[in-house]
Amino acid sequence: MNDTTRAKVKNVFVKRRSLLLGMAAALLGLSINMPFSAPASAAPLKLEKEQLKFGFIKLTDMAPLAIAYEKGFFQDEGLYVTLEAQANWKVLLDRVITGQLDGAHMLAGQPLAATIGFGTKAHIITPFSMDLNGNGITVSNAVWAAMKSQLKMQPDGKPMHPISASALKAVVESYKAQGKPFNMGMVFPVSTHNYYLRYWLAAGGLNPGLYSPTDTSGQIGANVLLSVTPPPQMPATLESGTIEGYCVGEPWNQAAVFKGIGVPVITDTEIWKNNPEKVFGITAEFAEKYPNTTIAITKALIRAAEWLDADNGANRAEAVRILSKPNYVGADEKVIANSMTGTFEYEKGDKRSIPDFNVFFRYNATYPFYSDAIWFLTQMRRWGQIGDAKPDAWYADTAKSVYRPDIYLQAAKALVAEGHAKEADFPWTSDGYKPATAAFIDGITYDGHKPNAYIDSLPLGLKDKQQVVGTEVVAK
Amino acid sequence: MSMASEAGTRAMVFREKVFAALDRGGRWFNVLGFGWVVPILKIIAGDSPREQLTELREKLLIPLFGIALFLVLWGVLAPQVKTSLGAIPGPVQVYEQGEALWADYMSARQQETDFYARQDARNAEFVASGQADRVRHFDYTGQPTYVDQILTSLKTVGLGFLIATLIAVPLGIASGLSPTFNGALNPLIQLFKPVSPLAWLPIVTMIVSALYVNVSDAFPKSLVISAVTVTLCSLWPTLINTTMGVASIDKDLMNVGKVLQLTTFTTIRKLVLPSALPLIFTGLRLSLGVGWMVLIAAEMLAQNPGLGKFVWDEFQNGSSNSLARIMVAVLTIGVVGFVLDRIMYALQMAFTFQENR
Repeated sequence: MNDTTRAKVKNVFVKRRSLLLGMAAALLGLSINMPFSAPASAAPLKLEKEQLKFGFIKLTDMAPLAIAYEKGFFQDEGLYVTLEAQANWKVLLDRVITGQLDGAHMLAGQPLAATIGFGTKAHIITPFSMDLNGNGITVSNAVWAAMKSQLKMQPDGKPMHPISASALKAVVESYKAQGKPFNMGMVFPVSTHNYYLRYWLAAGGLNPGLYSPTDTSGQIGANVLLSVTPPPQMPATLESGTIEGYCVGEPWNQAAVFKGIGVPVITDTEIWKNNPEKVFGITAEFAEKYPNTTIAITKALIRAAEWLDADNGANRAEAVRILSKPNYVGADEKVIANSMTGTFEYEKGDKRSIPDFNVFFRYNATYPFYSDAIWFLTQMRRWGQIGDAKPDAWYADTAKSVYRPDIYLQAAKALVAEGHAKEADFPWTSDGYKPATAAFIDGITYDGHKPNAYIDSLPLGLKDKQQVVGTEVVAK
Repeated sequence: MSMASEAGTRAMVFREKVFAALDRGGRWFNVLGFGWVVPILKIIAGDSPREQLTELREKLLIPLFGIALFLVLWGVLAPQVKTSLGAIPGPVQVYEQGEALWADYMSARQQETDFYARQDARNAEFVASGQADRVRHFDYTGQPTYVDQILTSLKTVGLGFLIATLIAVPLGIASGLSPTFNGALNPLIQLFKPVSPLAWLPIVTMIVSALYVNVSDAFPKSLVISAVTVTLCSLWPTLINTTMGVASIDKDLMNVGKVLQLTTFTTIRKLVLPSALPLIFTGLRLSLGVGWMVLIAAEMLAQNPGLGKFVWDEFQNGSSNSLARIMVAVLTIGVVGFVLDRIMYALQMAFTFQENR
């Protein structure tokens, strides 16, 4: 027998022995943590860094991270991962930049904003999109009562969905007549919530305000004043009347319903069907220094996302149990259960079926599409976070430097070779752009190849070569 | 006749010795907060019950009554207030959550043991199959438990307090001995004393992130940031009290030092420190108290995995148990603060000269 054959025989023995050991350990281990499993039959990647720390914010869409840990997907790749909840999005981003965290659950806008220099400048990339959809806009009881009279009703007496912001317009105007400002909250200046809230308001004819190079409050010329509030404090600020509504991820919309302090009016999947939401962000240096580790992390996360969407949501109940542990999302199980198992409660008692409220793997949710990155960049330009007009090529180049489908596809290929994923599940031949879509609440078409034309086609916001100087919009 | 009375006298003398010993030891029991044990021991030793019962009433029954009254009021008033996180938890729910936290700790300990067992098994595997280079010894990757968080907080406050003492005591001695130095330092002290820890935090974070290189895993950046914030807020009481203690040293002592032509170092060691020690210790006690309070606030934002982060994470969870768990944390913080203070007081009693020794 030559060396390779000997090694192969040894390999077989190792696998069988470790399989038996694994079964024994799995029987012994009562906890749901880390079932022992043998290294894959393909030669395992030589990892440069095995001990990792990832940060997250307590929202239900951190699920892929929690599942990858609890179901042993990280461990299968040889990674020793610690998950740590962070106080807010700014602290999370700073800690990734300074290296205290190796990677984190991030808002899709954060890697983009950091790379272009809006806020702390750092080159952050993402090889994995964590989910689609998952947000909602909630308003206070008082505002809902005033809005209801404007709404078209279904035959069964419930409001017809989707509810446009034009129903809110009359309420905002009545506030203005009384001299009161109309405040709403979102979680971060470059958060997806900010952009979806603004999109919804603009589609209904309300001006959410502009940013300028010297004024980062985002309230220039606004009908509705938007400000940053951390997600856990949103119900409290809504109750106290500091804000009249907010856009945030789960469980904070359903929590408002359970506590009787607010009514969700729309979910973001009704604003843009299957919109990009959170991504897994790492610094560009990390990916350069530890390429195999990055691929291993992506593999584990893809498996977790697959598990979450498997069998028409068969695993979602277990996911809810895992997420309600105090070290993950921590909210009560019944609050998380709604959105994670395909229903959403609007007004108390008005439960509707939204099977795609959280999409983790279907519809290519995990592929980091350039067109998604470009959409966020167009919104940053529309509202003035990007001060001057940029050529179409700039949008494409920025998206390419931040979103990394190349890493994603390497991970996917390895998973298919190991038998953990099916080849048909991945868009191998995609150029990184989703086809042009009009699945928005106002029906405007978005084509990722033509960002400037798209910006010009939108109501409200900066267009063409406009800039904000002081409090005026100036055409250059 | 004489035998009986002799025995009786000997017994009485012995009893008096026991009482005297109990009285002396009683000082220490007082310091540690167990003053009520002494009357009980005395009654057991045979002292007149009526006197001891009066003392017992003062030291044990009245405080117990105060605590009991508080618990009853809490239990009655709490459910009347309904917040959006449910009614405010009463003592029973808080106790239940305390038990739940302990159960979590036990199960986490079990998971940790399992983790290490699995790692050992895997390492043995690798060695046996000739892949010794894949042997790894990593720390448990799970969440820090409640007990771990208490220990992290103690470690952080210890580090911060130590740094504060090392800075404040020498500066205070110099200030006390030299009015010029004091004049120069005083405006800075008055300016920075009122600054809150949350105002220092962003600055400290930036500086530590830029300058600090991870010495070891036992002192990660987040711990150093919290410790430095604790230092900045807690060094003022020690500094001011040390200055006062040194400045108010008896002039005669200083003259003795001059007559004997002692070096400055010997003067400080033999004359200044011993006479200033009571005030220095007062300062240290205050500093530790302030430091413990500041730490909880600093941890909420500096992400140091201690009690402050526990409170903040529970607030973020917003579950129906959260308020009760936060109250368990509040009580823990209070108890630990009390214990720290008692330790400092005991040290103070041990190392300083008291008039009524």
